[in-house]
Amino acid sequence: MEDRPARSYRDGARAVAALAVAVVGFGVSFGLLARSAGMGWLAPISMSATTFAGSAQFAAASILGAGGTVAAAVAAAVLLNARYGPIGVSVAPWLEGPGWSRFLRAQLVVDESWAVAAEGEGRFDPRILVGAGLTLYVSWVAGTAVGAVGGRALGDPAALGLDAAFPALFLALLLPQLRNRRALLVAFLGAAIALALTPIAPAGVPIVAAAAACLIGVRHS
Amino acid sequence: MTEAWIVVIAVGAATVAIKSLGPVLLGGRPLPVALTGVVELLAPALLAALVVTQALATGQSISPDARLVGLAAAGIALWRKTPVLVVIVAAAAATALTRLLV
Repeated sequence: MEDRPARSYRDGARAVAALAVAVVGFGVSFGLLARSAGMGWLAPISMSATTFAGSAQFAAASILGAGGTVAAAVAAAVLLNARYGPIGVSVAPWLEGPGWSRFLRAQLVVDESWAVAAEGEGRFDPRILVGAGLTLYVSWVAGTAVGAVGGRALGDPAALGLDAAFPALFLALLLPQLRNRRALLVAFLGAAIALALTPIAPAGVPIVAAAAACLIGVRHS
Repeated sequence: MTEAWIVVIAVGAATVAIKSLGPVLLGGRPLPVALTGVVELLAPALLAALVVTQALATGQSISPDARLVGLAAAGIALWRKTPVLVVIVAAAAATALTRLLV
């Protein structure tokens, strides 16, 4: 891979600064939810530090809280995180260096850090990925700790509209990707697959299945 | 060991493994040419899926709510070329306001 004029880790942190506030809010709500689901306070914090994937953690905690089995909670969370398989493959060419360093940086890949690091046409900026990923990681773990240990005085994230911050960010990241008709077609297909499967497939599967849209897009080019 | 800790350890180990797979096995090497065309389109496919599910789905049901007002506000802000920070704040504020009033 050629060296490009380097954007810094700080640029990555800056790119997700606004979102980090929402991530703290969601971390707090995950801590609260996990605690009320009977997970105690240390287990939710440990989960945020090791799993670092909001939707999977919410799914697992809410299944446990509703009296679901361990197997159901684990299966839902793993399915929700299955998309990090193809996402990891997409950033792999841009992560150089020794295996342990690639392994550690791979853990900082979440939807948001991956999306801000995308430069289009399959290119990714590894420094943006790491700067954004670290910022989100600290926000997520700190928020979880506040929610799990602290109280309910922090307000309801839904009342603050924080849940709308995520689709808004993804829309902002999607629009610059739609630079040709093929990308537009694939986006529509991906959205349609995800919506069609939502009522019938377990949580997480619709997003994974939407990745198939890029195969169809190539065939129709 | 409690159920909670079994879930924490199993999900954590699986997630670390899934995230590492591509970067550890393929890291630093360009993808096979046949794959690059596919990977290039992964971002629009997954981002579009994330937009619609995060905006419309609650668990397994499609239930449009105040998030749509926020997404519309974000759309207008993006069309007016406002910075992403403003876009996100506009989406959250529009959604919060809708929940307050309706």
